[in-house]
Amino acid sequence: MKSVVIEQKTLALNGDEAVAYAVKQSDVDVVAAYPITPQTIIVERFSEYVANGEVETAFICTESEHSALTACLAASLTGARTFTASASAGLALMHEMLFVTSGCRAPVVMAIANRALSAPINIHGDQSDTMAQRDSGWIQIYAENAQEVYDSVIQAFRIAEHPDVLLPAMVCLDGFQLSHSVENVNVLPDDVVKKFVGVRQFPTVLTHEGKMAPLKLDPENPMTMGPLAFPNYYFEFKRQQEEAMKNALRVIREVHDEYAKISGRTYGDGLLDPYFLEDAEIAIVCLGSTAGTVKTVVDELRAEGVKAGLLRMRTFRPLPVEGIKKALEHVKAVAVMDRSMSFGGFGGAVFHEVRHALYDLDKKPFVVNYIYGLGGRDTSPMQIRTIYEDLQEILAKKRVENPINYVGLRE
Amino acid sequence: MQNEWKFTAKDIAEKPDLFMSGHRACAGCAPATVMRLIMKALRGPTIVTQATGCMEVVSTIYPYTSWAVPWLHTAFENAAANASGIEAAIKMLKKKGRIKYEHVDVIAIAGDGGTYDIGIQALSGAVERGHDFLFVLYDNEAYMNTGIQRSGGTPLGASTTTSPAGEVIPGKLEPKKPIADIMVAHEIPYVATASPYYWRDLITKVRKGLEVEGPAFLHVFAPCPRGWRSDPAKSIELSRLAVETCVFPLWECVNGEYQLSVPSKVIAMAPQKKKPVKEYLAVQGRFRHLFTPKYEKLLDEIQRITDQRWQKLLKKCGIA
Repeated sequence: MKSVVIEQKTLALNGDEAVAYAVKQSDVDVVAAYPITPQTIIVERFSEYVANGEVETAFICTESEHSALTACLAASLTGARTFTASASAGLALMHEMLFVTSGCRAPVVMAIANRALSAPINIHGDQSDTMAQRDSGWIQIYAENAQEVYDSVIQAFRIAEHPDVLLPAMVCLDGFQLSHSVENVNVLPDDVVKKFVGVRQFPTVLTHEGKMAPLKLDPENPMTMGPLAFPNYYFEFKRQQEEAMKNALRVIREVHDEYAKISGRTYGDGLLDPYFLEDAEIAIVCLGSTAGTVKTVVDELRAEGVKAGLLRMRTFRPLPVEGIKKALEHVKAVAVMDRSMSFGGFGGAVFHEVRHALYDLDKKPFVVNYIYGLGGRDTSPMQIRTIYEDLQEILAKKRVENPINYVGLRE
Repeated sequence: MQNEWKFTAKDIAEKPDLFMSGHRACAGCAPATVMRLIMKALRGPTIVTQATGCMEVVSTIYPYTSWAVPWLHTAFENAAANASGIEAAIKMLKKKGRIKYEHVDVIAIAGDGGTYDIGIQALSGAVERGHDFLFVLYDNEAYMNTGIQRSGGTPLGASTTTSPAGEVIPGKLEPKKPIADIMVAHEIPYVATASPYYWRDLITKVRKGLEVEGPAFLHVFAPCPRGWRSDPAKSIELSRLAVETCVFPLWECVNGEYQLSVPSKVIAMAPQKKKPVKEYLAVQGRFRHLFTPKYEKLLDEIQRITDQRWQKLLKKCGIA
């Protein structure tokens, strides 16, 4: 990394506070939110910034998550930079509006402190909430630690608002493991972040009056947004969203690289973050904070001479298919870790996607699934080590006995 | 509030239509007339947001639109939340010098489903937060867009496709939810009712709703000939009859003070002018079953409830 990296101060922040701090620095016009554990600290901290006059942001404490996202969507279409945060049941209540937000091409940024879904009710961490929304048309970035949470939120505004993308983006942080754990976080100066995110720009479109005008609700250039589209047009709207997702693969990398130049921090290529993968024979694929635990185990195994590696997926939507293929084509056995379930499916969501991506390889690795950590259950280094041992056994036997496995489950 | 806006019929006729022709509303659709009248009352830059419903689907079929103002639809239950976001964005963008408008009026429009039922949470929240916007309810008394299903705004005895008049049940069993009074209970600065027959009164009330600072709520009566099984040529007459029978009295509540509007005040002053509810019900197919021996008792009940609500209103207005 070049030495243009800007001097930063180190703060002790938990993941939620890191989100709030990043939002404070990102010149956000409207924040609308509703409290839910483990996201609450985000809105509490942000409320303090508002109360102390530290931000120029309209803060709307809505009466529900549905209205929180609606208000962000409407404000975004009016031209504001917007942010909200939620988790679990709150995200589920937003479900309808998630699709409307991406369909309206509103670049809302949302932090999700990942939490289990009811029933039984459980406030602790797993990724069932965001995985259930993977087809909602939102970009999904999963952070490994509080530092990455901070960096990702800042990057998310740039990614979402990029004219080739114009899609809403979620930054996901594991509930409690990240949301409530205090870590050292290096933060950039306010003016540097403000300059990095810039002032929101709008693509120019042709209005019904035949004028070229910025795409927003503006009395001078009336536009109808959120219209009714019949079978003769609806499909094309959806195809455009897919194209925007494809563009996001490029933009996420570009924004990541540009940010790296000022911060000195990289997360793989912004999409995939490999660890000791180049010569690995066995590998784990996972997202979120668990990658930290896996890295510890990889270090141990490497010290023992085992060619173990890790592929952390930072970006799950859009899915970096080519990157996954390239990263894993030489690996002989892969364990995909899912912190959610797809009931009645063949394994979890990440397993579906990774195994699917590898299908076109001439020489396919064995790919097995490990479901873990639901409802906040701890996953220990010992359990991770067992997964690597299973992969070694698969290689020795040259066959898979149990494609779907559960980590640390009473059975 | 500013000095009352004075206008002539000619002024209104000459004002360009901001809800334009070419939409696909049914013949005799009163809500479409209501939209046109609302848009005649604008005073400057305005953004309109609308809940899912008849007026949304007939007016914005891609790639066409009837709206000559910026217009947004996002979902069914959240017109007031849309308005919250728009209003907050405008204020902050203005503060940061990113838009040039001194002020932008925000109007949220929803039908009875999007107000009484699925929309009431967002509406209650938005007015509690004090956003400066006008919410207009066009009440055609059922989910007409989906095919005449009952809502919280459907009146007692009306036959709808989910409260059909059958052998043992005489249509809807419950009276209308008193939505405008519920909005008054939120202690917002302006609540009023209006009917398109009294178009001048309606336009004036829209304007007042825009002029007050803070949330305003306007409940507009809007006959639907398809759903009410009424003559499409008589929608505006029905709008008058509803007022003359006191089924839908016209009033305003400004800062908590109720006041009858002229058409209803006339009846309050000369009670002999109050027409029997039967006259209103008899011309609508949705009440046809009430005119059979089996269910005719319900006519008395409807009259009783109408009178009771009218008396309550008179009391609130300091009359009687």
